[in-house]
Amino acid sequence: MLNIAVCVKQVPDTEARLSVAADKTRIEEQGISFILNPYDEHAVEEAIRLKEKQGGTVTVFCLGPARAEEAIRTALAMGADKAVHLADAAFGGGDEGTAAAALEKAIAGKSFDLVLAGRLAIDDASGQVGARLAEKLGWPHVTAVTRLAVEGREAVANREIDGGSQVVAVTLPAVITAQRGLNQPRYPKIPDIMKARRKEVAKVTPADLGLSGGEVGGAGAKGKVAGLAPAPGRSAGKVIAGEPADAARKVVGLLRDEAKVI
Amino acid sequence: MYLGLTPREEEIRAVAREFAEKEVLPGAAERDRTGEFPAALVRRMGELGFYGLPYPKEYGGGAEGTVAYSLAAAEVARCDAAVGLTMAVNATIGTLAVFLFGTEEQKQRWVPGVLQGKLISAFGLTEEGAGSDAAAVKTAAVWDGGGGGSSVGQGVGGAGQWIINGEKIFITNGSVADFVVVAAVTDPELGSRGISCFIVPTDTPGFRVAKKFTKMGLRCSDTAHLIFEDCRVPAANLLGKRGEGLKMFLTVLDTGRVGVAALSVGLAQACLEDSLAYAKNRVQFGQAIGKNQAVAFRLSETATEVEAARLLTISAARARDKVMEAAEKAPGQGGGRFTTEAAMAKMFASETAVRAALTTLQVHAGHGYCLEYRAERLFRDAKLMEIGEGTSEVQRLVIARGLGL
Ligand SMILES: Cc1cc2nc3c(=O)[nH]c(=O)nc-3n(C[C@H](O)[C@H](O)[C@H](O)COP(=O)(O)OP(=O)(O)OC[C@H]3O[C@@H](n4cnc5c(N)ncnc54)[C@H](O)[C@@H]3O)c2cc1C
Ligand SMILES: Cc1cc2nc3c(=O)[nH]c(=O)nc-3n(C[C@H](O)[C@H](O)[C@H](O)COP(=O)(O)OP(=O)(O)OC[C@H]3O[C@@H](n4cnc5c(N)ncnc54)[C@H](O)[C@@H]3O)c2cc1C
Repeated sequence: MLNIAVCVKQVPDTEARLSVAADKTRIEEQGISFILNPYDEHAVEEAIRLKEKQGGTVTVFCLGPARAEEAIRTALAMGADKAVHLADAAFGGGDEGTAAAALEKAIAGKSFDLVLAGRLAIDDASGQVGARLAEKLGWPHVTAVTRLAVEGREAVANREIDGGSQVVAVTLPAVITAQRGLNQPRYPKIPDIMKARRKEVAKVTPADLGLSGGEVGGAGAKGKVAGLAPAPGRSAGKVIAGEPADAARKVVGLLRDEAKVI
Repeated sequence: MYLGLTPREEEIRAVAREFAEKEVLPGAAERDRTGEFPAALVRRMGELGFYGLPYPKEYGGGAEGTVAYSLAAAEVARCDAAVGLTMAVNATIGTLAVFLFGTEEQKQRWVPGVLQGKLISAFGLTEEGAGSDAAAVKTAAVWDGGGGGSSVGQGVGGAGQWIINGEKIFITNGSVADFVVVAAVTDPELGSRGISCFIVPTDTPGFRVAKKFTKMGLRCSDTAHLIFEDCRVPAANLLGKRGEGLKMFLTVLDTGRVGVAALSVGLAQACLEDSLAYAKNRVQFGQAIGKNQAVAFRLSETATEVEAARLLTISAARARDKVMEAAEKAPGQGGGRFTTEAAMAKMFASETAVRAALTTLQVHAGHGYCLEYRAERLFRDAKLMEIGEGTSEVQRLVIARGLGL
């Protein structure tokens, strides 16, 4: 029996065309669609597989605005049992620290054996929340995991490192963050979506977690996004004409003298 | 309106509506403009189980029945009828032929793939000289290799091959399909009893897409002119019994027509909703135009017709479910037909959709005629419903036959 918590975030669709909002610190949300963060999908999938093998429950935790309930429903349709949504407006505008602090309050003391999260959320791409949450809980953590085995009170996780892989064994409870390749997330089908509609999504406020307004969201954040700019458009490439041998010589010359990369 | 739906059917309808509003509606106008086939959406709908709703679980279906399927198809069409048509043809005609008449091997090879969104099917009946008159098909299949292929009314075996030659036009999903179920003449001397049915994978040498048709409506639905030039398929690709192709195609079209009726209901519903919203908001002569009886009465009639079309469609779908249930209990008996019910639903619902679309145009008046509202698209889309899978006139022929005339 494993009681598993999965932290999920709703992020802009990978196919959405993003633009920076007028205040230059956020992306414009008007007209874009949102999805369950792809790394979190792997986390949800892994949690469900563990539950299917060993029994237990999977509870989804999500900090995000009302629209994020759609991502929660996706996780529930995949097979999570219930969810806790930190949806209060006061949670908004925070940083990785406030997010981890709020999640820690929601998760601690509920006899979870394991917390799974995505390696990073593809919107801010900071990759901090999982590790910070583990620190706050005082649990060991393994990040960017591509294989996970849980036996008794031990989890053995493979993680990618530069040029190879590392196998880390931790005792439970622990926090694991999912890398692509951990598994192939399942597609929920219509009956799964129907079941998910009946599952419980508890909405919690900072007060429910014993946090004051000053400790969460923008008010509690130590870091703020000061500015956001779109990546500069790629400039047009150069086509070098001529015989292959000549052209290759010209390319080498340009790489050395003009681009100064070799 | 009391529709006699089960709670589960109601819920499937709600889920389908949610999905359609979120994932089908947003791109509809753009797809109408570009005519681009929405491959990702079509795959996704398969993954979710839209196509499998009326199929049993053994073949990757959802076993939810034809009523649930029809409700879902209507919800998709309410948001984009072109996506609805892609769904309907994929789920209820191309694949259905294999499901109803295929061998276990044929079914396992093709049906689950479609129901999971991995494969796309097409249904190739219509030819230049064979529209309403389906028996006039000229596409021919000749057995090469002696032995098993020879006798009418039997399956065939042996090492030979069928060589298929001919052309099909107006084939929905034709240029995106993985396989086409093709009606071809195997025994010309036997007339309509000499037509057989083949599964032709689209990677068969000799198969090609001559062109894609540009249409007035349903523009992102793929409609192709297909050419079969010495296409060789093995005996195992003959579907059902030799010589029974036409009967099989007409049987499949019974279900297809319930599907088209469902699309029509969805379109008519969209027309009604748009008309009501506009009539309540547009002020002329100091009041909402809907306050005029000329407008209000027209919408009263539309609303009533939409409900009637919906009930007829659900009733025909229910009839199909009964037939399928009976067929499952007594295999080999066929389970009976619901031909007349399907034709009535298709005729009435498609004509309701066209009338409703005209009303929407008229209520929107100048704005309806211009492109900023979707009234004109609804009209262009609706018109096909009176043509595809048997014109309105052909439905009347079918119903008359059902009446013993
Ligand atoms: C968008 C689209 C998608 C299609 N998809 C497919 C597909 O996937 N597979 C496929 O096989 N076909 C498909 N079709 C073809 C469709 O089924 C035919 O267009 C339809 O059956 C009518 O045939 P026709 O166009 O040749 O018209 P015709 O048969 O030439 O009819 C012309 C007119 O004469 C009337 N008429 C004909 N015979 C009679 C009669 N005996 N009594 C009274 N009136 C009569 C018709 O009702 C019609 O009004 C598609 C067509 C379209 C436009
Ligand atoms: C292609 C095109 C070219 C045009 N060219 C010109 C032009 O050159 N010059 C120009 O001035 N205008 C032009 N128009 C505008 C055209 O005359 C108007 O569209 C038309 O008069 C209808 O007005 P409306 O579109 O505002 O509809 P509305 O008046 O809003 O009518 C909406 C609906 O409500 C109905 N309705 C409204 N009031 C009543 C009532 N009291 N009782 C019953 N029913 C009612 C209408 O019949 C209609 O069905 C053009 C429009 C188009 C589409």
